[in-house]
Amino acid sequence: MNVAVAKTGNGRAVSDLFASAEGRLPGSPGVAALRREAFETYERLGLPHRRIEEWKYTDLRALVGEVLPLAAAPDAAALKRAAEAVTAHAIAGARKLVLVDGVFAADLSDVKALASEVSIKTLREVLADEANPAAGDLLRTAATDAVISLNAAVATDGVVVSVADGTHLSAPIQLIHIATAAGASAFTRSHLRIGKGVRATLVETFVAAGKASGYQVNDAVILWIGDDADVAHIRLMDDAPDAVNVSSHFVTVGAAVKFNFFNMTTGAAVSRLQGFITLSGEGSELSANGVNLLQKTEHGDTTLVVDHAVPNCVSRETFRAVIDDRAHSVFQGRIIVRPDAQKTDGKMMTRALLLSDEAEADNKPELEIFADDVSCGHGATAGALDDSLLFYLKARGLPEKQAQALLIQAFVGEAIEQIADDDLREHVIGIAERWLERRS
Amino acid sequence: MPAVQETVERVKRIDVDQYRYGFETLIESEKAPKGLSEEIVKFISQKKNEPAWMLQWRLEAYRRWLTMQEPTWARVDYPKIDFQDLYYYAAPKPKKTVTSLDEIDPEILKTYEKLGIPLREVAMLEGVEPKVGEEDPARRKIAVDAVFDSVSVATTFKAELKKAGVIFMPISEAIREHPELVQKYLGSVVPTSDNFYATLNSAVFSDGSFVYVPPGVRCPMELSTYFRINERNTGQFERTLIIADKGSYVSYLEGCTAPQRDENQLHAAVVELVALDDAEIKYSTVQNWYPGNSEGKGGIYNFVTKRGDCRGANSKISWTQVETGSAITWKYPSCILRGDNSRGEFYSIAISNGFQQVDSGTKMIHLGKNTSSRIISKGIAAGKSQNTYRGLVTAHRKALGARNFTACDSLLIGDKCGAHTVPYIEAKNSSATFEHEATTSKISEDVLFYCIQRGLSQEEAVGLVVNGFVKDVLQQLPMEFAVEAQKLISISLEGSVG
Repeated sequence: MNVAVAKTGNGRAVSDLFASAEGRLPGSPGVAALRREAFETYERLGLPHRRIEEWKYTDLRALVGEVLPLAAAPDAAALKRAAEAVTAHAIAGARKLVLVDGVFAADLSDVKALASEVSIKTLREVLADEANPAAGDLLRTAATDAVISLNAAVATDGVVVSVADGTHLSAPIQLIHIATAAGASAFTRSHLRIGKGVRATLVETFVAAGKASGYQVNDAVILWIGDDADVAHIRLMDDAPDAVNVSSHFVTVGAAVKFNFFNMTTGAAVSRLQGFITLSGEGSELSANGVNLLQKTEHGDTTLVVDHAVPNCVSRETFRAVIDDRAHSVFQGRIIVRPDAQKTDGKMMTRALLLSDEAEADNKPELEIFADDVSCGHGATAGALDDSLLFYLKARGLPEKQAQALLIQAFVGEAIEQIADDDLREHVIGIAERWLERRS
Repeated sequence: MPAVQETVERVKRIDVDQYRYGFETLIESEKAPKGLSEEIVKFISQKKNEPAWMLQWRLEAYRRWLTMQEPTWARVDYPKIDFQDLYYYAAPKPKKTVTSLDEIDPEILKTYEKLGIPLREVAMLEGVEPKVGEEDPARRKIAVDAVFDSVSVATTFKAELKKAGVIFMPISEAIREHPELVQKYLGSVVPTSDNFYATLNSAVFSDGSFVYVPPGVRCPMELSTYFRINERNTGQFERTLIIADKGSYVSYLEGCTAPQRDENQLHAAVVELVALDDAEIKYSTVQNWYPGNSEGKGGIYNFVTKRGDCRGANSKISWTQVETGSAITWKYPSCILRGDNSRGEFYSIAISNGFQQVDSGTKMIHLGKNTSSRIISKGIAAGKSQNTYRGLVTAHRKALGARNFTACDSLLIGDKCGAHTVPYIEAKNSSATFEHEATTSKISEDVLFYCIQRGLSQEEAVGLVVNGFVKDVLQQLPMEFAVEAQKLISISLEGSVG
């Protein structure tokens, strides 16, 4: 990359941000050195732009421009607003872990109920623990780019969860990210280590409390799944309509695992979820799915890299985008099959539904294959609603909008159906229905 | 299938690692000094007796090229090219002024004979060519423009084409004889500033073919160019410009070979196609540049920019390519669908074996209303090669009713090779309908077992399956090429199984 391009006014603004935030960032001296290193990487690269292949369709320099200053720790009033949001967005029966403006809120979380089944710490306390020589590992990831480096540099908090081998969680864990401040940014980073033979359901929710607006979220999730585990991970991103959400997931999957991931994007002016899933144990099955429901001028990017590092794994990806008004949906999916990963079975299907003449859908489904005994494929389509189907429904007396809603529901249904848990699936369908109502 | 049996026999006769066209022709040639500078650009222009505007055009391209950087985004890996260590101009030394085919150096004629190029049209016209046999009534006449190193040595059937009003001549002649056409269209599809290699080509291209088909004319025969790199350390930079005026039709074939050498040779061509209202251009390529030996030494670097502009309404451009040669291929024949109801097609077979690296595909850029495009790409990777399909389909906001269908399939033979698919699909309006599918697999064990059980050897069975795999594309080739291509495919895969 051309280094000259990286130096922009925004770059300087971020330098100031780091300088002012450095003092309040948690961490031992060793961690502080790592942070500085990560920040230097970010400074060298600057915000990703369209000349960087992976960010071709999501040019953060053009879309976001600058990184906002770190949000202040939430005060009592903010926590009160956050509490209301938690009540509104909590999933019935789930045990909550709440992060408000990038800070763990113990009072809003179900720490006690969870403690019986899992071990929970905050990122802040692990990083600050000078006796823990491995604390710095929490800031390292397998892959890195500018936004990931920035996250490592200034992440303020997050949860560090560990589930012991053989545990069957009795209820889903819901990690709720709440923004209460306007014009500020929150950097969070969470680690989840799932032991062997564990059964667990994780839900992540991103929402704004009250009238919080114009904020930025940069989140990272690092997830290890032990052999024989059965894990569902559902991410629901419904940030304020003018917010920015950039999230990175790193998932390492063991042997004979069933991992079911689902992402739903219904909010934020600019959002990107980049998931890096490595199948590192044989005989595992991955199902990674997503739905983008976008309107107005929203920009939603889902990028999934599935890396088959070992033989005999199956991966399935189903992605749907519904794009209205002048919104822009991006899907980049890559299946990598490493030289020894024989007998890999990988399929990816991405479909975009354009509801308006000014909507835009960019799809980049990639296959990168280095082994011969594999069966891999992908499909991609883009188009409008089928006129003949609409006509059929209208002829049966349904108004235009309702007929459209019905077809859209069926369209995204194919991805939502991949969620195994009945209650969660209903919850997600509810979100899609509300989005459709908002539209009409 | 008789053709397949024939293929198999041919494969048997040929040893692994044998490139059929690897011979060298010993003729004297005239070369410009090594390296690239304004002087060399001026030298080439002077050699070609070019008008001042052409020299100016070249110099502008050269100056721009100096500011550009080599592209690195493709999935190919090669040592840095020293652009000062190449000859930019090599021409067979003229013995005297050539007025007819007979006066061409017999060595060159022999070369083309060995390649199977029917330059001896004279004989054919006089009816002395041997009877081909009744099963071959469809044998058509083909007009050939042969380019040897940097210079066009012979163009056949000129007179007959002239009668139909078709202009088919070396571009160096066209610059002198039809400056108004060349000036109007040259660089209008691939501008001099387009990309690193196209800009380099604009500065130093020495020859190539020029075709103009006047309004309403259906070109009476297939037009063909055969490119041959002979000299050591030369780069071949040819430039092809084809213009199909309103309501016309032309089919153009292109073939390429080069001698076996240990060094890598550079080939950076530019092809521009312009189709006006209701016109159709069919462009077929069988690319068989020397791919290097079994250790990956030598071979051609094929960095080519090919682009067609469907400028008029209802126009159509169709690319068909069979890529079996070159150490490195970097080419993306594209269609700009500017005219309403225009159509672009891309049919490709890309085969890589040994240490070959292919990064090829197409771009379909939908700008006009109700434009449609179709992409069928078949990639076959064997040996230690890497084979990438990279394609773009995009519909502009105003390209209402744009339609695309893409199917790209990859076949892997052996566990040391790689096959990759990188499609970019960009829909910018709701009436665009895009469908894309891609698969990657190896030849099914069941199918192989079935064939072998019925008495075919492993190699024959693979040949059969591969020929079936690429059939969709082979059908698009003109008949003469289809047979040749089928043989080529088998030869390219020689040594990849067992």
